[in-house]
Amino acid sequence: MKRFTGLLVSLAAVVVLAVIPLITHKDSSMQSMFTILLGIALASSLNILLGYTGYVSFGHIVYFGIGGYVGFYTMAQLGQSLWIALLAGAAAAAVFSFLLGSAILRLRGAYFALATIGVNEAMKALVSNFDPFGGPIGMTLKVSFYKDYGGFSNIGWMSYRLLIVVTLAVVITSYLVKKSKFGLGLMAIREDEDAAEVMGVRAPSAKTWAYVLSAVFPALVGVLFFFKNSNIEPGDAFRLQLSIEMIVMVMLGGLGTVIGPILGAGAYQALRSTLLTVDKVKDVQLAVAGVLLLLIILFIPTGAIGWVRRRFPRLRRVLE
Amino acid sequence: MSFGELLGASLLDGLLIGFVYGVAAMGLTLIFGVMDVINLAHGPLIAIGMFFLYGLFTHFGMNPYLAIILVAFAGLLVGIIVYFAAVHRVINAPPLSSLLSTFSVNMIIIGVGTALLSTSAYNVDFKLSSLTIGSNITITGTRLMAAVVAIIVTALLYGFLYRTRAGKYIRAVSNNRQAAELMGIPSTRILALAFGIGTMLAMTAGALIATILPINILAGGTYELKSFVIVVLGGLGNPLGALAGGLVLGLIEGLVPVFMEATWVPVIEFGLFVLILLLMPNGLFGKKRGS
Repeated sequence: MKRFTGLLVSLAAVVVLAVIPLITHKDSSMQSMFTILLGIALASSLNILLGYTGYVSFGHIVYFGIGGYVGFYTMAQLGQSLWIALLAGAAAAAVFSFLLGSAILRLRGAYFALATIGVNEAMKALVSNFDPFGGPIGMTLKVSFYKDYGGFSNIGWMSYRLLIVVTLAVVITSYLVKKSKFGLGLMAIREDEDAAEVMGVRAPSAKTWAYVLSAVFPALVGVLFFFKNSNIEPGDAFRLQLSIEMIVMVMLGGLGTVIGPILGAGAYQALRSTLLTVDKVKDVQLAVAGVLLLLIILFIPTGAIGWVRRRFPRLRRVLE
Repeated sequence: MSFGELLGASLLDGLLIGFVYGVAAMGLTLIFGVMDVINLAHGPLIAIGMFFLYGLFTHFGMNPYLAIILVAFAGLLVGIIVYFAAVHRVINAPPLSSLLSTFSVNMIIIGVGTALLSTSAYNVDFKLSSLTIGSNITITGTRLMAAVVAIIVTALLYGFLYRTRAGKYIRAVSNNRQAAELMGIPSTRILALAFGIGTMLAMTAGALIATILPINILAGGTYELKSFVIVVLGGLGNPLGALAGGLVLGLIEGLVPVFMEATWVPVIEFGLFVLILLLMPNGLFGKKRGS
């Protein structure tokens, strides 16, 4: 049991947050927790690439978009169920990320970061011109489609429960990767890729699999998000801003830790929604978030968990 | 209007705006070349340039081309402030830190800018007489002037980099910062100056764009993405390559709408961007890999 303390603490953090709306039964608390869980799932999956492997993907939201679009197309145009849509979205993201990853993971540092921005923008522009996906207008799900899922009013709660499952799956995956030999290889790549290869880590394939793994979960989240939204368009699906917010959440909590992105995403989303409700701050909430981010990067670059782990070595066992 | 004339007019328009893109991209590439920082605040800095020119023209009735000189010097100052506030502490940290610190500057500028100016469009109401070539091809005066100013700015930048002591220092720091420090070059001041000049170029480009097109506070983002594409086309860290890359991008923007819908332009731009990064990471005009 002791071996899994780190995992249990992380899972407990998610569960504690996730059950609040299930107890209160309030729509508003479900909506705000949906955003938080969305952040946790996206940040934790990005962390596999960013935190463990050390590759900065600035356009990671592209997989949220691809998953969302393929899943939505499966439901709206092919008339399949949500379950098929989830499978289709994840499969599309996996195939695409495998092919793309094999190519762009050869780039390092800033070049890789720039390439991922390019991929996201290219994909957004392509989808805006792709008529089967509705071009710039996107697609909408009819109200009648939701009949099989307990009607339109039930959709929010159903998506929320599914999102809890996905989020827990991401956290478990993130933990298993970190504790595995595969994860050790990734961290060796992060520290020094050339040295890792000399030590027998097969860097190209390890990086590619880390990339695929970190792409599949955002795709699932994308399918759920747009299923709940009942509408998809290129601007929402490939929003570069959200992509960078994912990085901010990971940094805030602690790069390369399992629990860091959970706390980071929770704190960031909670802060954002608080700022949005305060009267005078509402207009400048982006600027306030910017100032906070700047202070964290300049003064606590390892994030909250990194800082705690350094200051209190005894907690390292608990806070993976 | 014949097809040839249509093509000619469209290409010429694209080429002229390409010079302006080139100036914006030179700012981005100069900063990257000197300190390995990709400035994610580039777009909002371009937007500040746009609105600075708008303010000087609309509220003080200044001639836009005189106002650009003021915008440029304000850019130098803004850049030096941003350098010391956000970049200096992370200059030796892994690339992620400087990406995020410049991005937080981006958020601050956009946040304050949106609160003050909203995201609606503004227009610098300034016209110059236009020029007609042949019977049908007309060039807007402001576009031509923007290209001329862009060429002057490029010439001044090269004069500065190759003919002055400070320019020599910048090139030395860009080549090898440690060696430059050992030679007694005050690297912190030079880095701040380089960031200032990069910002100066961004804001000047913004001011030039404002004389041609309608502006809004988020418009800088588009030009930031274009600058990324251009910088990769021209080779990261190579200012003259950036100007050439700007012209290539301008020509693409002129050429594509003649043959297909204009919405395909970004698909081609960003597709090309990823391909160039993968196949020729040193840019179209750079040396081969490994040499």
